[in-house]
Amino acid sequence: MGMTKYVIRRLLLVPVILFGVTILIFGVLQFLSPAERSALYVRDIPKNERALDGIIRRYGLDKPIYVQYWRWLVGQRDPVTGKVVGGILRGDFGYSRTASEPAADLIKRRFPATLELALWSVIPIIGGGIWLGVVAAVNHNRSIDQVARVFSIVGYSFPTFVFGLLVLMIFYAHLHWFPPGRISDWAGRVISSPGFRTYTHLITIDALLNLRFDVFLDALRHLILPVITLAYLSWALLLRVTRSSMLEALRQDYITTARSKGLRERDVIRKHALPNALIPVATIGGLTVVGLLNGVVITETVFNYPGIGSAAARAALQLDVVTILAFTLFNGFILVIANLVVDILYAYIDPRVRLE
Amino acid sequence: MATAEEPVQVNAALHGIKTSELGRLERWLGTENYRLLRALVTNPLSVAGLALLALFIFIAVAAPVLAPSGGRDPYRIPRDGYSPDPRPPGSEWKRREPPLPFWWKPVMKSDHWVHLLGTASGQWDIYYGLVWGTRTAFRVGVIITLSVMTIGIIIGSISAYYGGVIDTILMRVTDIFLAFPFLVAALTVSAVLTPIVGKGILPATLALIAFGWMGYARLIRGDILSVKGRDFVMAARVVGVRDYKILLRHILPNAIFPTLVVASMDMGTYVLSFAALSFLGIGAEVGYADWGQLLSFARDWITQLATYWYIVVFPGTMLVLFVLSWNLVGDAVRDIFDPRMRGRGGI
Repeated sequence: MGMTKYVIRRLLLVPVILFGVTILIFGVLQFLSPAERSALYVRDIPKNERALDGIIRRYGLDKPIYVQYWRWLVGQRDPVTGKVVGGILRGDFGYSRTASEPAADLIKRRFPATLELALWSVIPIIGGGIWLGVVAAVNHNRSIDQVARVFSIVGYSFPTFVFGLLVLMIFYAHLHWFPPGRISDWAGRVISSPGFRTYTHLITIDALLNLRFDVFLDALRHLILPVITLAYLSWALLLRVTRSSMLEALRQDYITTARSKGLRERDVIRKHALPNALIPVATIGGLTVVGLLNGVVITETVFNYPGIGSAAARAALQLDVVTILAFTLFNGFILVIANLVVDILYAYIDPRVRLE
Repeated sequence: MATAEEPVQVNAALHGIKTSELGRLERWLGTENYRLLRALVTNPLSVAGLALLALFIFIAVAAPVLAPSGGRDPYRIPRDGYSPDPRPPGSEWKRREPPLPFWWKPVMKSDHWVHLLGTASGQWDIYYGLVWGTRTAFRVGVIITLSVMTIGIIIGSISAYYGGVIDTILMRVTDIFLAFPFLVAALTVSAVLTPIVGKGILPATLALIAFGWMGYARLIRGDILSVKGRDFVMAARVVGVRDYKILLRHILPNAIFPTLVVASMDMGTYVLSFAALSFLGIGAEVGYADWGQLLSFARDWITQLATYWYIVVFPGTMLVLFVLSWNLVGDAVRDIFDPRMRGRGGI
């Protein structure tokens, strides 16, 4: 099977999965009463029985389930105002009771903070994890390898929130080095001042573009602890995979050839072993995204960081199901796309996959 | 891993010269199980894991002796007032003191029960929470692990045995469940289930089960596919044995064992996920003897954790050690079942 054929087959799978994802979410939504589900269309759910009945009939929440599913998917024309309302495909996820605004607006407002955290985390995750794995493999069975092994198991056993609380205890409560939150009050005032232009909503980048290095450093100071907390779990995983695939690569004949023709050991590792060892590592790309999506919920909650993860946790705590389902849907979409990218990338770098 | 006595044992096992105690144990357990057991007790990391596990089992079993509840619901942590400020380890019980454990007087030479490990916000006693929380951890872990394995076995074996359209549909359903980040999905389902099944540990447990079975379904499907083509299955089919009997009597026993052992080692992960949900406030309810729930109090004291370190360190240590013990043993078990990793000291 050629590359194009593989990509097409993989792409055809995406709508199937996405359809299943919406069915599953809609199924969970059916656990709610029609009254609770009316939050999909109205900001305030009326307390009074007759008004509530009116809302339910107005938005067809008493219609057969396939009608409801279709309307939930593409929206419907409001019989009173004549405007089209609802419809997740139109980007309308209903109203968030906890945030008292449309759930889509909540996600849009909160997402840049999470994106910033995730982007900053990716650098140490990939760099650190691969580096540790290579060092462990090159020093196979020496003490540094043993330390890396133990680190990997311990790291894997350390719950994110315990780790987060511990680093906060040490570096914030005790040493006062790195505060929780996203930005200090003074820097927040700078950002909302008229002289500060917002380009990307990523504070670190906006600060650099505005040449406000003090704001940049302040944002960085807030990012360090959550980034470490998000990164260490992925380190444990990446270290494992890189180490074993590097060990595999170092045993191949072409490595012996490279060594025997007198190449420096550093070049043997960097130019001959590493590129081949990294192929299996690419598969964990998808897992890393999963780890980040799971991790931000806990990490943002621990560090009081105003992203979509902490908003989802708060919505869940107050049983605001319409909001939390919007987040789940959003996360599901991200993950489906991420897995698609990883699969295609993997088939591109490893021809064996697409021949299957 | 290599110890001095290992070669001798291998020789004995290979040649069967000596019918010593070891040989008898081996015959009693079967070669596979015996090999597993021997590898577990000779690997220092897994020995450490087993020792930790034994300690936790002891705490869980001895909970009524270590922290007697005095006839009240033991899973409700006893509280000493309502003040939000945590109190340090060794503080006096002021009111509603639970019964003294019998070993307290002879050891401490005192008639007064203290908060051994301090109290969390709301004066919940941390020591009681940790001791009875061990039972919660085992209960939650066992229930989730058994449930996800059962669901995984059912889906995986149906999928693999019947193949064709059924296989495609079931595997696509599995894909769809895998399309959600585990914790986020569990968070959602838990929030949806809470008004329906009530508060307590049930909603979070069900939620983790609902999104935990997919890996096992895939594993067992693969294992069965590899057994399905073997001659003895063909023979059974030729003789006219019915489908479900072939599946239950001939295929599953031959396919399932390694998967079960490896999967049971995931218990630590499930306990961790449950604790995470509790920490976010949608697992066990406030005051329930659960480690994650105790840790959730720390969220209100971020600025003063230097003073109130004990509300993080004690429950955190229990949780980390519990998960670590399962991972240490599980790692050794995986090494044994994955021949590719054997002898490589793979992590």
